[in-house]
Amino acid sequence: MFPEDVISELEEIRSHYPHAKAAMMPVLHVAQQQKGWLDQETQAWVADFLSVDPIEVHEVVTFYPMLYATPNGEHVIHVCRTLSCDECGARELWAHLKSKLGVERGGTTSDGKFTLRAAECLASCGTAPAFLVDGERHESLSLDEVDALLESV
Amino acid sequence: MALKMQSILSARFDKENSYHIDTYRADGGYETYLETIKGEKGTPEELVALVKESGLKGRGGAGFSTGMKWSFLPKGTDKPIYLCVNGDESEPGTFKDRQIVEFDPHQLVEGVGITCYAIGAHTAYIYLRCEFALGIRRVKDAIRQAYEAGFFGKDIQGTGFDLDVHVHIGGGAYICGEETSLLNSIEGVRPYPRNKPPFPAVEGLFGDPTIINNVETIANIPHIVKNGAEWYSGFGHPEDPGVRLWCVSGHVNNPGVFEIETGFSLQELIDGPCGGMKNGKKLKAVIPGGSSSKVLMPDEVAQVTMDTPTIRGFDSSLGSAGIIVLDEDTDMVEAVRNLMKFYAHESCGQCTPCREGTPWIVKILNRLCTGKGRQEDMDLLLDLASNIEGRTVCALADGACWPLTSIVKKFRHEFEAKVAAATPVGAS
Repeated sequence: MFPEDVISELEEIRSHYPHAKAAMMPVLHVAQQQKGWLDQETQAWVADFLSVDPIEVHEVVTFYPMLYATPNGEHVIHVCRTLSCDECGARELWAHLKSKLGVERGGTTSDGKFTLRAAECLASCGTAPAFLVDGERHESLSLDEVDALLESV
Repeated sequence: MALKMQSILSARFDKENSYHIDTYRADGGYETYLETIKGEKGTPEELVALVKESGLKGRGGAGFSTGMKWSFLPKGTDKPIYLCVNGDESEPGTFKDRQIVEFDPHQLVEGVGITCYAIGAHTAYIYLRCEFALGIRRVKDAIRQAYEAGFFGKDIQGTGFDLDVHVHIGGGAYICGEETSLLNSIEGVRPYPRNKPPFPAVEGLFGDPTIINNVETIANIPHIVKNGAEWYSGFGHPEDPGVRLWCVSGHVNNPGVFEIETGFSLQELIDGPCGGMKNGKKLKAVIPGGSSSKVLMPDEVAQVTMDTPTIRGFDSSLGSAGIIVLDEDTDMVEAVRNLMKFYAHESCGQCTPCREGTPWIVKILNRLCTGKGRQEDMDLLLDLASNIEGRTVCALADGACWPLTSIVKKFRHEFEAKVAAATPVGAS
């Protein structure tokens, strides 16, 4: 499932906890980084690695918005839509991205390059609007700067 | 009280390489920790008493005395004790812990070390929300640098004290900031909040005694142990002393994080350090303590000082110190709809009143905002809130009801205007 260096990283993570199951979240994050999303096969592998039943992994995966039980485009965009951002440019940013990418909330562009998601408060309220591209935060950008950023990824 | 800015927690935020151990040690960083584990700062019991005397309260939102929380650990237990640091910062309007983990992670890591010694913990987990990609890298680097310097591990500096510190990463769920939800998140099960009692100090992580403290709370510990309880309790309002990182967002010219002693005038913060209202607009409302606090009107903002006893007199709270400033153009029905969507999305689904009630609130607000509002909707919202508040395992649902009821009551005219403008049923 994973190359040897990833396996040893996962083993190191597992050693941080008195019970293997507690390594669930960090292990799932590494697995997701490797595969892009957490398909059934990956979830089953994680269950085996942590000596738990597959349903226990599935229960966790399906709870968290940042763990993906369905595939994404090549790059995932999360736009903060909570109050401070919405009042300071996020509404405009959201409308711009929807029209530029031609997708609705949760949609993936036809070329498979971008998935557009909404996020709740990203703790960037003072530097609104905020969004993530592949988990990295960008703040206070003009729409032109956003376009340039998306062209560069 | 005059507004007194401080530079304690934020002293290095703007420095080059502020997050590197060399920068931190150049300012005397880790000296207090090393003295502490050598026993030079007192026994663990004395350290707990010192933190209690300092008046430090939890900076995550609930505002409970930190030293008091520590003192609830069972004495002489043979079970392992854990420290969990809550860095799941997701309360709308709050972005202070993020500054600490990104710009001064060593301050947090030293605080973890001192706290573990004081409470008798040998393992600490720093829980960070996964959206803090930079902060996670910085805290992990800081921990690695601290290990390399010989500050963590077994028999640290020959003192016999053992300590391991790990980062645990969340999955984008607000509920995990609730301390018992955080424990379940670490244990690898669905992060539903637990009933209390038992309190985590008695039965926490893996069923063992556990202290859960917010990032900012822990970052204060090195300063308090270094400078003493009196030094800290001398700042700010005598009944709610200390210095806090206040986050200001919304319609001001200069939003950001400001380190200020408690007890200052909210109006003075907006007019002074925040540079006044954006575009010269008038103030309409302030949400003073993160989205779960009750809204304040302009006349209240003009009078209130930012300390617990005073703001309580205005029926609101300091919460997580997330101050959201809203100008005269803000549609308050839309604003509260935005927040209620947040709570409905973040409800974990465990308790029926919250799981069912928060989406019902959104449904009613949706119709009010789309020209389908009904005259009875305002009372229906208040009735709904009174059937949710206080009927759930954790405080998420209460946190949803407080901004809702205060906005419905204080801005009822805006709701009524929406109803009056609504399209009558049957009209086309």
